[in-house]
Amino acid sequence: MATDIHSSSGPGHGRQGPRVSKGPSGGGSSGGAGSGAMPVLRKVLLENGALSGLIVLVVALTVMSPDFLSTQNLLNVGVQAAVTAILAFGVTFVIVAGGIDLSVGSVAALSAIMLGWTASKDGLPVWMAVLLAVGTGVACGLVSGGLIAYGKLPPFIATLAMLSIGRGLSLVLSDGTPLTLPASVATVGETLGGWFPVPLLVMVVMGGITSLVLARTYSGRSMYAIGGNEEAARLSGIRVRRQKLVIYGLSGAFAAIAGIVLASRLASAQPQAAMGYELDAIAAVVIGGASLSGGVGKASGTLIGALILAVLRNGLNLLDVSAFWQQVVIGVVIALAVLLDTLRRRA
Amino acid sequence: MTTPDPPRPTDPLVPQPGPQPAPGQSLQKQTSPQPPQQPPQGRELLRTEGIRKTFPNVVALDGVDFELRSGEVHVILGENGAGKSTLIKILSGVYKADAGRVLRDGKPVRIHGAGDAERLGVATMHQEFNLVPHLSVAENIFLGRQPRRFGLLDRDRMEADAAELLARVGVDIPPRTPVRELGIARSQMVEIAKALSLRARVLIMDEPTAALTADEVVKLFDLVRRLRADGVGIIFITHHLEEIAELGDRVTVLRDGRSVGQAPADTPHDDLVRMMVGRSIEQQYPRETGKSAGGGGRSGTPLLRVSGLRREGSFSDIGFELRAGEVVGLAGLVGAGRTEVARAVFGADRYDAGTVEVQGKRLRRHDINAALASGIGLVPEDRKGQGLLLDSSVQDNLGLVTLRSSTRGGIVNRSGQQESAARIAGRLGVRMSGLGQRTGTLSGGNQQKVVIGKWLLAQSRVLILDEPTRGIDVGAKVEIYELINELTASGHAVLMISSDLPEVLGMSDRILVMAQGRIAGELTAQEATQDAVMELAVGTAHRENAPATKTKDREGHRGH
Repeated sequence: MATDIHSSSGPGHGRQGPRVSKGPSGGGSSGGAGSGAMPVLRKVLLENGALSGLIVLVVALTVMSPDFLSTQNLLNVGVQAAVTAILAFGVTFVIVAGGIDLSVGSVAALSAIMLGWTASKDGLPVWMAVLLAVGTGVACGLVSGGLIAYGKLPPFIATLAMLSIGRGLSLVLSDGTPLTLPASVATVGETLGGWFPVPLLVMVVMGGITSLVLARTYSGRSMYAIGGNEEAARLSGIRVRRQKLVIYGLSGAFAAIAGIVLASRLASAQPQAAMGYELDAIAAVVIGGASLSGGVGKASGTLIGALILAVLRNGLNLLDVSAFWQQVVIGVVIALAVLLDTLRRRA
Repeated sequence: MTTPDPPRPTDPLVPQPGPQPAPGQSLQKQTSPQPPQQPPQGRELLRTEGIRKTFPNVVALDGVDFELRSGEVHVILGENGAGKSTLIKILSGVYKADAGRVLRDGKPVRIHGAGDAERLGVATMHQEFNLVPHLSVAENIFLGRQPRRFGLLDRDRMEADAAELLARVGVDIPPRTPVRELGIARSQMVEIAKALSLRARVLIMDEPTAALTADEVVKLFDLVRRLRADGVGIIFITHHLEEIAELGDRVTVLRDGRSVGQAPADTPHDDLVRMMVGRSIEQQYPRETGKSAGGGGRSGTPLLRVSGLRREGSFSDIGFELRAGEVVGLAGLVGAGRTEVARAVFGADRYDAGTVEVQGKRLRRHDINAALASGIGLVPEDRKGQGLLLDSSVQDNLGLVTLRSSTRGGIVNRSGQQESAARIAGRLGVRMSGLGQRTGTLSGGNQQKVVIGKWLLAQSRVLILDEPTRGIDVGAKVEIYELINELTASGHAVLMISSDLPEVLGMSDRILVMAQGRIAGELTAQEATQDAVMELAVGTAHRENAPATKTKDREGHRGH
């Protein structure tokens, strides 16, 4: 409680109010110079919560299953994580900003169908079809964002509607049957140099973009502000409604890219693809330490969250746990992860 | 009440024989020229001894001794931040005291939750009501204790009981009305009915008159007097000195977390104020009227001009000017429309007619960014709810307004932001462990500095400060006042909304008083007295708007 800092800039009037310094005096922490050890330590601990969970999981599976720690299996895990992670990166924006996006699975499917539809039926060049697919995702996001920002719909409702609309449109466009993708798109699902899966590369790139957007861009910082306190953000001149469009648009774009990756792996765009993936994406974000009430969250956390889900599924498969029990285990893990996080935060 | 104590004389001003004030409640020497009044006759209901409570950055309470007898209205008086709210939160089980003890009927008790308080017959009406807006009045009264029959809610009995309670409170509300449809005054009556249903022996009322009209206050006071006659002990917190003599029996004064003295309710205001602040007002408010640029503001360049501002149902005919180097106080009762005007000027809310000009340039209405670009900054009244990102770092909060201007090609210049945040935090003397500290963990005063700091970084020349010192400790208050002085000395203009009358009087070069959505009058620093301001604020001066000729002929007349 250093009271001496201010006096240097004080006006030269004689009668100064009593500088009551409450609490123990003599704490000479001058502004800005403090090491900030406690918050930093806390932050690291919080992040390491999910990370150490992942490490424990990996170690345990290595012990329990000899097949787990092979390059092939790990790459496989990465590929399985990729789609969820990319979806979850997009959802991270939304959740950091205090919203929710339930539509990403449907939007992913719709975008993939758009790609298959334009590339195979209309014979558009693949690059243009990919652009159109991403554009479809962005458009869906903008519609949700518009409903939320200007129509004042709760995000849950607006994106629930979009979930249904997206799924419906993909069924309409595809007539309910899978569309074959051109060979050049399917390469996205393959490997670089014969071993490194392209989906993994896409995941890493999207993660990097997410991290950059959140940490360094105006929109990213606005997301934290809006999620932290929307009214304070508005009163500080953040154009909240415009930023909400950006946020849901980004989420739509990420969903579209996830949809393309998924379709390329299957070599076909399926109208029923990515069903329920939105919940995996939200789970990944939350396991990664983001707060559903907004203002808190990081790309690295989301990546770890997605990896935990993928490693868990892979491990349970290796251990021959039935698919039915897998769901139970994953539910328990989600609850535990968030519970631990809440407890740690309260401490 | 249901179990009345022996009746007591209802006139608190009649001296009665009785025990002396308990030890530890030393009467300050300069307290009262009259012989000290004896405590009322009722038996002791509640006593606190040496209550202490600390928060991470502040000692909120440090030795509070207080005693409540049945059938008395015991006023707790103290500045904002003196510890009144903390004390009642301890008595109602919201906080746990670090040291000291609470005695109920002479027996030490632990109040560690709302349930404990309820069992001990202590009911509290907080400033923010604990009512569920969408539930009916009856359900709110019996929330958690709804009468049941065969395990199902007995709605008929609940509503009948509620109706009976409401009748005893003397308010005519159908028990099925959803609480959201009630105004503040009637919500308060529902709170009291709830306290009655709990058979509360101790009723704590935290600034119950803050948001009431004069008529409503009269009704409330009648009700409080009836409760007192039934033997209920009432702890009454208020900022309005007039209410003390009108309603109270005894006063305990808190200052900086300590109980500094006890006095009878008819102690002259000046003495009470001196006990409250512990120093003369001049010392507390270091405003140097006349020395700042523009000599009291009359000759500074006009920065902000508002004329004919009107919003249906909120305010009308608002016109004023703000000049460089002056502090203009905007006084008035809660609900007079001060905050609404401030937010409309800033563009946060819409208005129907009128103009806002900054340095001769008219602002688009309902456009925060236009206001921001022209150099207006708003420090909102609800620091936590509207001013800060509590989960974000000090640096992020300080850089919020300047986020756009420090962005190039979509990328924020974080190192530049850090530099300017460090600079302004140093200048304001924000006490923190570092720029990365979570803002929610700062003390109230330091939080407020952060809110002001973000506008200083944006180089706002016109600052609207809405209740800038609410809930911050005395030392930090003085720092905020000194900051205001510095700002005006360097050519800023400050519009200060405050419900703290001494603060408005102490810090303003001019005072605008609002009443019922209009500017009821303007006073210069010389003309302004508590009485003159209150008279305008309660609208007794509507015979003609010539406040300068106002006479101070009121005597013992309460402010509402």
